[in-house]
Amino acid sequence: MSFFHMRPLLLAGAAAAAASACVTINIYFPAAAAEKAADRIIDEVWQTREAKPPQAAPAEEGARQ
Amino acid sequence: MNSYLARTGWMRWLAPGLFGCMLAFAVQAQGNLEVDTPAISALKASMQKRHAQLAPLYASGAIGLAADGSIALRDASAVPLAQRGGISALVAAENADRGALYREVARVNQHPEWEADVRGTFAQRWIDRAPAGWWVQRGGAWVKK
Repeated sequence: MSFFHMRPLLLAGAAAAAASACVTINIYFPAAAAEKAADRIIDEVWQTREAKPPQAAPAEEGARQ
Repeated sequence: MNSYLARTGWMRWLAPGLFGCMLAFAVQAQGNLEVDTPAISALKASMQKRHAQLAPLYASGAIGLAADGSIALRDASAVPLAQRGGISALVAAENADRGALYREVARVNQHPEWEADVRGTFAQRWIDRAPAGWWVQRGGAWVKK
């Protein structure tokens, strides 16, 4: 078997290795994402900000029409 | 030779393409933590409702935000004796919800072992975002913001 015939196999192996690397990425605690999530939840519990701005905007538009 | 060229033509992009996908996935995985589930919404609603009762107690200093992401009865004398029993129950219920929230955020993101990290992050954010006049625990001591 020549190298060129083997190449798809090698690439498939590389793709599998890449895919497994993707899975390991998230093993580390995503501190920045957790902080953002915490802020969102704290806003809602303490009512320190409009809880759901994306839903409030269409409601206002509806009221104007 | 011709077919070899044709093959390398698109295969040349395979590795960079895969790498790009990996990077995009990594960025996406770092950028978001799933917190929109029915269980988390129920906990938020329960805590939000309880907050109406807790807010004056934070302000009076009777309870404070502890360093471990919970709340604690800090100065019982700030509350009339007759109400103290009710406040202990309120604090216990809030801490039960908070514990369940931290556990649920870690669990729903497929990493139950993150619970302590989630708790630590929340602890820091509750304290950082507490308004002036509230009591928070810093370095083991209670301080008034």
